[in-house]
Amino acid sequence: MMVSSNLSNKSMVKKVQKKKGGSLLTLQFIPYAEIESLSSSERIEKLLSIVKADKIVLLEGRLRSHEEAELIRSTMEQIDQKFKGIELSVIDPEEKKIKSITKIIRSSVLNLLLGNRKGFTIIGPANVVKEIKQDPDKIQLFTETGGKKR
Amino acid sequence: MIKGLKSFFSKFRKLFKKKKKIKLGLYGPPNGGKTTLANRICKDWLGEEDAMGKASNIAHETREIQIKEQVVIKSKGRELIFNLVDTPGIATKIDYEDFIKAGMKQKEAKSRAKEATKGVIDAIKWLDEMDAVVVVLDSTKDPYSQVNITIIGNLQARDIPVLLVGNKIDLKKSDIKKVEAAFPQYAVVGISAKTGSNIESLYDGLFKLVK
Repeated sequence: MMVSSNLSNKSMVKKVQKKKGGSLLTLQFIPYAEIESLSSSERIEKLLSIVKADKIVLLEGRLRSHEEAELIRSTMEQIDQKFKGIELSVIDPEEKKIKSITKIIRSSVLNLLLGNRKGFTIIGPANVVKEIKQDPDKIQLFTETGGKKR
Repeated sequence: MIKGLKSFFSKFRKLFKKKKKIKLGLYGPPNGGKTTLANRICKDWLGEEDAMGKASNIAHETREIQIKEQVVIKSKGRELIFNLVDTPGIATKIDYEDFIKAGMKQKEAKSRAKEATKGVIDAIKWLDEMDAVVVVLDSTKDPYSQVNITIIGNLQARDIPVLLVGNKIDLKKSDIKKVEAAFPQYAVVGISAKTGSNIESLYDGLFKLVK
């Protein structure tokens, strides 16, 4: 497996390539500062354009709750024979401390206007990322090639 | 759990005092049993079979908002009147090939996928219309999904009262404790919409709101 990275326009792009089979998995890191000044619709448009290019977005922080709903809505509007949708997951290291999802949701609501730089948001194209599983100690991205999960 | 129930009932009671008729939405991911629950409520209180459409094991059977007006629940001289709104399951991905795998022909599968995407869009749009929401989760599945968190987060941001239903308690894999652990601040009622098991708890809960 080959891993390469370069810096492009503030965001970091990591490419993971299997030597055999030639499948390419690209992870693009987006610092929160890169979306901070954007409107909600611009943020969603930016993130979806990256995902639609078959890249996995690793966003610093999280979207506001209404932006998450808008992201799902926009995704649905853009689904076609090539683009099947997204896999979405938010990881917050603070979650372990506060334990309950309700508190996480409440924390999200408090950040409704301010935005939130804590944690990470992973958004992957559904044709590449089949499932994102959150375990207390790890995050698993299941991708699929040749009908097999890995 | 008790605190969560009190909070939900308190919000709900205020709602009923202000309005005689409310929009009660059923939300959740696909295949949680929303339509089965809607049909159960209509059967129990209106005597109508499959009033909200047929349920299916194939995801996205409900692709349009379904409304049953004037649902009246009566008990001990009290009554609740609400419009019951069954919504399409909210998902982040829809692949027509999944419907082909479930046995559909390509044309039918593509059509279903297109309708399903519109259904999700409508369900999200209708969030603002709801007065109260019952989130229906499949208690045999992992409740820690981002779709569940996004739905509940959006309801909370809109200050819409939420009651969580852990459905399918008739199945062996059902784990209500896991749902309660995931959402400890919310009232969670375990039911089987299919068999009607513990459905009284859901109705009792609603009646407590309008004391």
